[in-house]
Amino acid sequence: MKLLWFHLMPYTELPEDFVERHGSVWVDIDPALFDARIGHELYNEFLDELEEAAELGFDGICVNEHHQNGYGLMPSPNLMAAALARRTRDAALVVMGNSIALYDPPTRVAEELAMLDCLSGGRLVAGFPVGTPMDTCYAYGQNPSTLRARYHEAHDLIVKAWQADAPFVWNGRWNQQRYVNVWPRPIQKPHPPIWIPGGGSVETWQWCARQDYVYAYLSYFGYQAGRAVMQGFWEEMERLGKDKNPYRAGFLQFVGVAESRAEAIDLYREPAEYFYGRCLCVDPRYAAPPGYTTEATLRAKVVSQVAQAAQRADQQRRAFAAPSFEEILSKGYVIVGSPDEVAEQLRTVATELNIGQLMLLLQFGNMRRDLTGYNTELFAKRVLPQLRDLFDDAWENLWWPRPLARETRATPRGMAP
Amino acid sequence: MAAPARPGNARDAAGHGAVKDLRERTVRVNGEPCRVWEAGQGEPIGFLAGLFGVTRWTPFLERLARTRRVVVPSLPGFPGGHGHEQLDDLPDWVAATLDLLEAAELRGAELVAASVGGTLAAEAAAFSPGIARRLVLVAPFGLFDEAEPVADVWAQRPDELPALLAAHPERVLEQLAPAPGADPVECHIENVRAMEAAARLLWPTCDRGLRKRLHRIRIPTLLLWGSADRVVPPSYPKRFAERLGGPCAVRLIEGAGHRVDLDAPDALADAILGVGAEDS
Repeated sequence: MKLLWFHLMPYTELPEDFVERHGSVWVDIDPALFDARIGHELYNEFLDELEEAAELGFDGICVNEHHQNGYGLMPSPNLMAAALARRTRDAALVVMGNSIALYDPPTRVAEELAMLDCLSGGRLVAGFPVGTPMDTCYAYGQNPSTLRARYHEAHDLIVKAWQADAPFVWNGRWNQQRYVNVWPRPIQKPHPPIWIPGGGSVETWQWCARQDYVYAYLSYFGYQAGRAVMQGFWEEMERLGKDKNPYRAGFLQFVGVAESRAEAIDLYREPAEYFYGRCLCVDPRYAAPPGYTTEATLRAKVVSQVAQAAQRADQQRRAFAAPSFEEILSKGYVIVGSPDEVAEQLRTVATELNIGQLMLLLQFGNMRRDLTGYNTELFAKRVLPQLRDLFDDAWENLWWPRPLARETRATPRGMAP
Repeated sequence: MAAPARPGNARDAAGHGAVKDLRERTVRVNGEPCRVWEAGQGEPIGFLAGLFGVTRWTPFLERLARTRRVVVPSLPGFPGGHGHEQLDDLPDWVAATLDLLEAAELRGAELVAASVGGTLAAEAAAFSPGIARRLVLVAPFGLFDEAEPVADVWAQRPDELPALLAAHPERVLEQLAPAPGADPVECHIENVRAMEAAARLLWPTCDRGLRKRLHRIRIPTLLLWGSADRVVPPSYPKRFAERLGGPCAVRLIEGAGHRVDLDAPDALADAILGVGAEDS
């Protein structure tokens, strides 16, 4: 299986009374809470962490896209990926933005991702989320009623632009360009692997199956909550006649490793409580713009995870009670333990949910460099080797980057060849 | 194709008093079915509803129907109306509104239009001067002043929206509740769809250019507003009046919120029927 190191890049200095005194971590988060000197430290620290993860042997490093968000400091994941492309050699660069309906014209995304693919020697995975309501409809003012139609057209345009062998006219419903001709071109042919981060909607599963893309369920609520969604996903794949190749599926899991479970509980309590108690305080008024959720999904009564998070946050704010660490652990939001315990649990999760592309949040909440480094190193040296071979006897990962041969890739200045 | 069955049909109106002769027909807009309700006799008067549309016959419509033939066409996406997903920009919406009004045989009639319906009626009148002979706009969206912004009705907690819309929130809830025996899921979806249709036109509720076209409305126009409107503040009718190209009058309905038709049905009907814009 593939083990990937995922960064949300949270702001680590939200005040203790954030829930009581501030309305929301997202959209209208108080600008006064952002100290740019801390921002300077954090970006450098977070990039160090991703680079270190790549050096320690994680298969891929992941960045994503959020706007006006206190737990996600990456409005532009492409900027972060550009910095990482120059400072890593082998890891896949998994860019779980870009919310392609937000960019006008969407060929800007085709261009930037082609740049990243060239820069990295073909190590790019292109993630295309629709984007949450908070990011798209409220922060970026996009119309919830047209968002999905724009998303699908942007996807078609980008994929065509990557492959076309001549300039072409795009006479779309939402985008019209007389001269689409993306320069540079991606290294990977016909284009970088495409992964679709999504909630639990049947339409997204069907679309992933039709396009043969990876479906990535990026939940903050762990394997217990994710089980039903992944079960639904695999049932739908079976119904559509797709094989059970675990590499069709990505999944996100928070993990804290230490020498013992007791030590892990001691170390990761605070950052977990920080994340679930402050970072997920999303005002529910930004969770459900009309039209964002399709009628089919409404009818299926699948509540999106963002709505769930918002609902949770609302309950928390009204009750002034964030979940305790014990609750966070018992519900499986975060897996903690010794390396062997974590390896065993993750093996069970990956096997039961049939996940080939496992994304790990080893930095979460207000974890700073030392603790993140400890978690990452223990995982890389003592958990990762126990899991790496899972699935490889039976399945081929058809959705992984195909970079240039290592010896033919350029060596950035200061990097070991 | 018949319009899909929907909850809250005309018969639910029985609880609101006598609806002796409510008639329903279906017209086509862009090939999609749109419901037209009609009651009463006499000179026709059209009504384009606002947020959430017309889910059932209301005391306000009943009051108008006592002396006039009230014609209530459903805009695409609002209860009884279909095809909002084809309408991508303002010209699409204006054309659909004109098609709907003409199909309902309202061209040249008096037209009452509220909230989001008021926006479309104003746009339609600006682009097609003959569409109405007199306009009554009830708290329309369409202008925006940063110093006193229009509320963001799409960034509200569900339990807070009714009180934002009306001084009598329970009347909003009554309108949105499923009819006896109707599927509550489908009813919820219909309510969400109506909000989506409004959002499709107005999102994110800023200036969509109407101020540049209001001078083209030269027919008599009456601007009616709830004095307690928490959505489009009661200072807005003045902004409309300053830009309109024809004779106009402003009347505030004391104590009413944005849904004047629910908060003050009689006062609203009286203002519409009793005094023409020319007289005030």
